[in-house]
Amino acid sequence: MAIEILMPALSPTMEEGKLSTWLVKEGDTIVSGDVLCEIETDKATMEVESIDEGVIGKILIEAGTEGVLVNSVIAILLMDGEDASAMDDIKPQAAAPVAAAEPEAADAPAAPVIEVPQSDEIPEGTTFKQQTVREALRDAMAEEMRNEENIFIMGEEVAEYQGAYKVTQGLLEEFGAKRVIDTPITEHGFAGLGVGAAFGGLKPVIEFMTFNFAMQAIDHIINSAAKTLYMSGGQMGCPIVFRGPNGAASRVGAQHSQDYTAWYANIPGLKVVSPYSAEDAKGLLKAAMRDPNPVVFLENELLYGVTMDVPEIEDFVLPIGKAKIERAGTDVTIVSHSMGVKLALDAAEILAEQGISAEVVNLRTIRPLDTETIVESVKKTGRMVTVEEGWVRCGLGAELTAVVMDGAFDYLDAPVARVTSKDVPLPYAANLEKLALPNANDVVAAARKTCYAD
Amino acid sequence: MAARAAPRKKTTKKSKVSGKIANFSESEEMKAYYDMLLIRRFEEKAGQLYGMGQIGGFCHLYIGQEAVVTGINMALTEGDQSITAYRDHAHMLAVGLDPKGIMAELTGREGGLSKGKGGSMHMFSREKHFYGGHGIVGAQVSIGTGLAFSNKFNGNGSVCITYMGDGASNQGQVYESFNMAKLWNLPIVYIIENNQYAMGTAIARASSQTDFSQRGVSFNIPGQKIDGMDVRAVYAAAEEAVKYARENGPIILEMMTYRYRGHSMSDPAKYRSKDEVQRMRAEHDPIDQVKMRILEGGLATEDDLKDMDKKIRAIVTESADYAVNCPEPDASELWTDVLIES
Repeated sequence: MAIEILMPALSPTMEEGKLSTWLVKEGDTIVSGDVLCEIETDKATMEVESIDEGVIGKILIEAGTEGVLVNSVIAILLMDGEDASAMDDIKPQAAAPVAAAEPEAADAPAAPVIEVPQSDEIPEGTTFKQQTVREALRDAMAEEMRNEENIFIMGEEVAEYQGAYKVTQGLLEEFGAKRVIDTPITEHGFAGLGVGAAFGGLKPVIEFMTFNFAMQAIDHIINSAAKTLYMSGGQMGCPIVFRGPNGAASRVGAQHSQDYTAWYANIPGLKVVSPYSAEDAKGLLKAAMRDPNPVVFLENELLYGVTMDVPEIEDFVLPIGKAKIERAGTDVTIVSHSMGVKLALDAAEILAEQGISAEVVNLRTIRPLDTETIVESVKKTGRMVTVEEGWVRCGLGAELTAVVMDGAFDYLDAPVARVTSKDVPLPYAANLEKLALPNANDVVAAARKTCYAD
Repeated sequence: MAARAAPRKKTTKKSKVSGKIANFSESEEMKAYYDMLLIRRFEEKAGQLYGMGQIGGFCHLYIGQEAVVTGINMALTEGDQSITAYRDHAHMLAVGLDPKGIMAELTGREGGLSKGKGGSMHMFSREKHFYGGHGIVGAQVSIGTGLAFSNKFNGNGSVCITYMGDGASNQGQVYESFNMAKLWNLPIVYIIENNQYAMGTAIARASSQTDFSQRGVSFNIPGQKIDGMDVRAVYAAAEEAVKYARENGPIILEMMTYRYRGHSMSDPAKYRSKDEVQRMRAEHDPIDQVKMRILEGGLATEDDLKDMDKKIRAIVTESADYAVNCPEPDASELWTDVLIES
């Protein structure tokens, strides 16, 4: 029986990629371990090795083809003694969906294009370019590094490997090993080293491969970076950015999936920024790198590969501490940040079909919180739903609720509803993970509840 | 070859204390004496103010360890930084900070180095390149390594002196920092002030390797054990180490020292005998050692030294008066210095 060679996934979040080169041709005899072809996404290029032995019967996907779905058949391998007739029963087929990735697919496709409305900061007539969040972050760092020689970026795999998630791609080449520095696996140590370098007059950008690993370094983020200005009576400023992906990725288990937003947002002396779009990523990271204070910059791995509009404005910087109305509405305010904004926008679309007009507030910054925008929106709609990937107890939603109690109590027509992750460590199994994480339907249900629609 | 490859019995050879002693000039002897006595009198006064309720919270005194910071600072040049943990009053006096500002910080007043908002464990001076004053044991080691990183990045030729105790040297981040410091050959001298006790725990009860000078071996960082009660030995070692760090990279100095007082003011020090303390005071006191040399060498008379002591007491008394009479910070200060306004 001839063997179908399938398009492999390079990562849990990949759904399609480019088959760039074939390294074998029809008729070649191959053994296990031979490299068959190279495939690439916006993140990486990888060689595909054969695990079987035989003769290449047919190549079904030409070299250079883009958008090849994961699990689609790219070639057929004839086993010992088989001839071309063995392929008669095999028909090229569309890719079967990746079962494990499917729950995420609805929320976080690998390379979808999302329309983002223009923010106040963007003048009429501005042109836009399409960029992934990953590229927007990279460009933000590169632009700032060109203007400020005291900036350096440090972390695990940021230099020669080009970033574990390829966010620092090209930086080593442009800025050299003095300013783009691979560290040992030593989060506590290099976070503290970064703080010391900031005290010494430099402007470090410390990348954590994920914020889950920053738990090893959280003492320096809080005790050393956030508190020293105060404890020194204003002498010891600490201009540093701690950045990296935060929250759940896709099926990486409880220890790699925590959302730390509420943790850092609790700390005076820190600024906490959490971008959703490529525009946010570009404008806010540049702002963070110019800020004289320690900034915790919480990215999202699942958004890295999403393509969105980025304004073609020279030196595009967004203000820290200002939220953005992503979608205007009149019936209910949905407040969120990062990936939650995507859920909120999807929910708003569904709600619109059901006759409910939702306003979506993208917080952009968690600390300082733009309470004015939240309160003004709730005064208008009389209802609020909060959406976050963190847990419910003492989470961001609780804080946002208190903000509305303080600022818009008399305007509320219904109790605030919180959409969060379930109060359990994030499970690995695809079905359980899907159950644990918030989704657009949860947001729809919460919004309908505040509107007494059911 | 065979002999070298043969299995060896456990041979943890203790490092010897370096016998190198600097030849102090007359003025160096007098300066060392003055600087150490100022620390001692300051700390005695701080202890007294603590007892009177003028100083709150924790108050960790440096009495007995004076030779360490004094000898090291004599070997530094302008621009070299220093950073330590919470037993920090002496380190600030040694870099030349005004005793009034330090004492007023201890009493939590607006004239304190941190405007009264840091306290005993949290003081800083950019002007004197003193970077704290850190309350988390071991944190200063990573931060100091970062200061050394900035020196190398800027090519300014400065060295960062990073102090830690024998207790701190069991923290994981110390070794993370050693690794990076050697990997990148950062200009840093790690000073391990081994005063024999991590709070109330004797080194042998907390450390599988009590030879702290060898704690850098796994990272190829050289180390030396120094008599930290003899200011000339400290100076000699520091001078070499600072030069080494400036040219080559990290180095460790273990200073064998002793604190006479408890870990903090609230520690009755029941974990060691009175005899042990008395023996150190009588036989190894860093100030008495210099005093004896001064008198034996005829550098000054007993009366001269008494005059010096009087002057120092006057400075310390003045700092205490300032510290208790200085106003508390204005209530508006509660909200300042949280963030730098951009």
